Amino acid sequence: MIGPPVLVVAEIDGAGPTANSLELLTVARNLATGSGRVVVACLGTRIGEGVGSELAAHGADAVVMVDDPIFTPFQADAWVHELAAIATELKPGTILVPHSLAGVEVAPRLAFRLDTAVATGCVGLDLVDGDARWTRSCYGGNAREVVSIHTTPVIATIAARAFDPLPANQAASVAIDRRPATVDPGNVRARVIAKSAAMTTGVRLENAKVVVSGGHGLGGAAGFEQVRTLAALLGGAAGATRVACDLGWCPRAWQIGQSGKTVVPDLYFALGISGAAQHMAGCGNAGAIVAVNTDPDAEIFKSARFGIVADCNEFLAALIEEIRKVRP
Amino acid sequence: MHIVICIKQVPDPEIAPSVFRVDEVAKKVISLAGTAPVINPFDEQAVEAALRIRDAEQDPANVTITAVTMGEATSEKIVRKAMALGVDQGVTLVDAAFADSDAYATARALAAAITKLGDIDLVLTGRQAADSDAGVVALGIAELLRLPAITLAKKIEVADGAVQVERAVSEGEETMAAPLPAVITIAHELGAVRKPSLRETMRAGRKPVRRWGPDDLGMDAESVGRAGSRRVVERLYQPTRDVDCEWVSGDEPAAIAKALVGRLVEQKLL
Ligand SMILES: Cc1cc2nc3c(=O)[nH]c(=O)nc-3n(C[C@H](O)[C@H](O)[C@H](O)COP(=O)(O)OP(=O)(O)OC[C@H]3O[C@@H](n4cnc5c(N)ncnc54)[C@H](O)[C@@H]3O)c2cc1C
Ligand SMILES: Nc1ncnc2c1ncn2[C@@H]1O[C@H](COP(=O)(O)O)[C@@H](O)[C@H]1O
Repeated sequence: MIGPPVLVVAEIDGAGPTANSLELLTVARNLATGSGRVVVACLGTRIGEGVGSELAAHGADAVVMVDDPIFTPFQADAWVHELAAIATELKPGTILVPHSLAGVEVAPRLAFRLDTAVATGCVGLDLVDGDARWTRSCYGGNAREVVSIHTTPVIATIAARAFDPLPANQAASVAIDRRPATVDPGNVRARVIAKSAAMTTGVRLENAKVVVSGGHGLGGAAGFEQVRTLAALLGGAAGATRVACDLGWCPRAWQIGQSGKTVVPDLYFALGISGAAQHMAGCGNAGAIVAVNTDPDAEIFKSARFGIVADCNEFLAALIEEIRKVRP
Repeated sequence: MHIVICIKQVPDPEIAPSVFRVDEVAKKVISLAGTAPVINPFDEQAVEAALRIRDAEQDPANVTITAVTMGEATSEKIVRKAMALGVDQGVTLVDAAFADSDAYATARALAAAITKLGDIDLVLTGRQAADSDAGVVALGIAELLRLPAITLAKKIEVADGAVQVERAVSEGEETMAAPLPAVITIAHELGAVRKPSLRETMRAGRKPVRRWGPDDLGMDAESVGRAGSRRVVERLYQPTRDVDCEWVSGDEPAAIAKALVGRLVEQKLL
C-alpha cells in the first residue's frame, strides 16, 4: 500500500541545505518506510544548482522548489502561505520542519492554518504499530514527554543534531518541480524592515566539535576572554549560560540552553556553571562534559564525564598553558 | 489602545533539578511542598512589555491592559500579581472543563476570550511556557484571529496604528513591523521586569477580575480541555543521565590541568 507522502521543509544556507534539513530526511525516510514518498519543499531566492541533488543524496524522492525574492529574508506570512498551498495539494501524512528560528515560527502557524496540531523540538521518533510517537523535552529540560497526534497532517519540528543524516548516495536522482510563488506580497503583514547579519568569525557554535562554556562562577568579562582563548586553541567555539550573558560578560549569541542555542560537541567544558536544567537542555547531549566548579555537590557533576573541584579561573589559566605545551 | 497579555501559571522553573519529580502514571509533575507555582517568567516580561508601551504613550490613561489566563483556580494569583505591577483588569478561564488542554485547545479558548473582550490592538505573550517549552499557543491565537505575529521581541514601539519590533535573534539584528492588531511574543532579552509598586499593590485588590467558563466563550464541553485537545501524552518521564563522573585532582591547578589533558588524550577526546 502506498501511504501519503512525507513533506520535509528544507532551509538553505548559502549554497546548500542546512545540516538540520538533511537530518529531517532521516526522520522522513523512517516514516515513509515501505510506502509513501519523501517530498521536500524548498523556498528561497536564487536556490543553488546543487541543492536538489544534495537533498536526493540524503533521501528525497522529489523536490518542490519555489524560487522567489519574497522568501528572503524570512517572513513567516510568505512561508506559511506557500507551504499551506503545497500541503493542500500534496496531502502529506506528516510535515517535518527544522527546529530553527524560521521553523519554530512556521510550524505552529501551519498547524493552525491546516487545522491540525504540532509537536515542537522533537528529539526522538518511535513507530508503534505505524503510529508516530514523538519524544520532546519539556519543563525546561527536567522532563521528556512522548506525544502522538491523530489529526493530519501531523506536524513536527525536529531539534538539530537529534538525528544523523543518511550516508550520501550520489547516484540518487530527484524529480525537481520548480514553480512560481503563489503568495501575494500584499498578504505579507509582518515585514522585516531592517536586518544585519552578525560578523561570525571562527567556528560556529552549533557545529563546533569542542565548546568551551563559562558561567556565573567565572566572575567577569576577563574570564570570558580566557574562554575565548581556550576555544580558539582547541579549534572550537565559546559558549555561556544565560546568567553570564545577562551580566554582559560575553555576547548574547553565546547563550546555550533552552532559550539559547543547542550544541552537541564531542567535548564540552563547563566552567563555573551550576548545571541548571535550562542550561543542560542546550548541551546535555555533548559527547563528554568536563565540569569545573568549586562546589563538589554542584548539579553539573551529575552530567560530567570528568569533574574538577577547583576555582575555574585558576584552572582555565593552567589548562591554556598546558594545551599550549601539547599543541604548540 | 487595548493590550491583552496572556499569562500562564507554571511550576517554579528555578527549583533544583535534583528535587524535580514526575508521576509517570498520572503523567503529571508532582508539585513540591514548599514551592509555589509562579507566573511563567516570559509572561512576566510580557506584562513588563505592556507597561513599557503604556509608559511611552503621550496619554497613558488611553491604554488599557488586560491579563488573561487559563488554568487552575489558583491562577487568579498571577493575575493579581500582574495587577500589582499595573495591569488594569483580568480574565480567568477557570473551569474543570478546561483541564488538560493542549496548545490547540488553549489557543482556541484564549482566542475566544480575546474575541469576547472586543476591540484589541495588541496581544502579548511569552515566547514559550516554561512547562510546555512549546512556543505554539501565541502563533495559534494569531492564526485563529487572522492576525499578523512577530516573535521574540526585545523592544516594542507602537505608532500610527502599527507596531515595530526589535527581535532577539542571536545572530545580528532584526527589526520587523506589522499593522495593528497584532500578536507579539516576548523574549527574555526584553530585560528586567519592574517590582510591584505600593500604589498599584494597594489598588490591585479592587481591580476587576472576570471568570469565564466555556459557556461564556460560546464553546461546548467537547471543544475545550482534554476533549478538545489533539495531542495525546503517551508518556512523561525524567531523562536519566548515566554518566559516572571521574574526578580529576591534583595539588595545584597546573597538575590538575596536566592530568586532565592526559586523560582527554587517552580517551581520544583531544
Ligand atoms: C524559562 C527559563 C529559561 C532559561 N533559559 C536558559 C538558557 O537558555 N540557558 C541558560 O544557561 N540558562 C537559562 N535559564 C537560567 C537557568 O535556570 C540558570 O539560572 C542558569 O543557567 C545559571 O547560570 P550559571 O550556572 O552561570 O550560574 P549559577 O547558577 O549562579 O552557578 C554558578 C556556579 O559557579 C560555581 N562557582 C562559583 N564561583 C566559582 C569559582 N570561582 N570557580 C568555579 N566555580 C565557581 C558555583 O558553585 C555555581 O555552581 C533559564 C531560566 C528560566 C526560568
Ligand atoms: N493556559 C494559558 N493561559 C494564558 N496564556 C497561556 C496559556 N498557555 C500558554 N499561554 C501563552 O502562550 C505562550 C506560549 O505558550 P506555549 O505555547 O505553551 O509555549 C505563553 O508564554 C503564554 O503567554
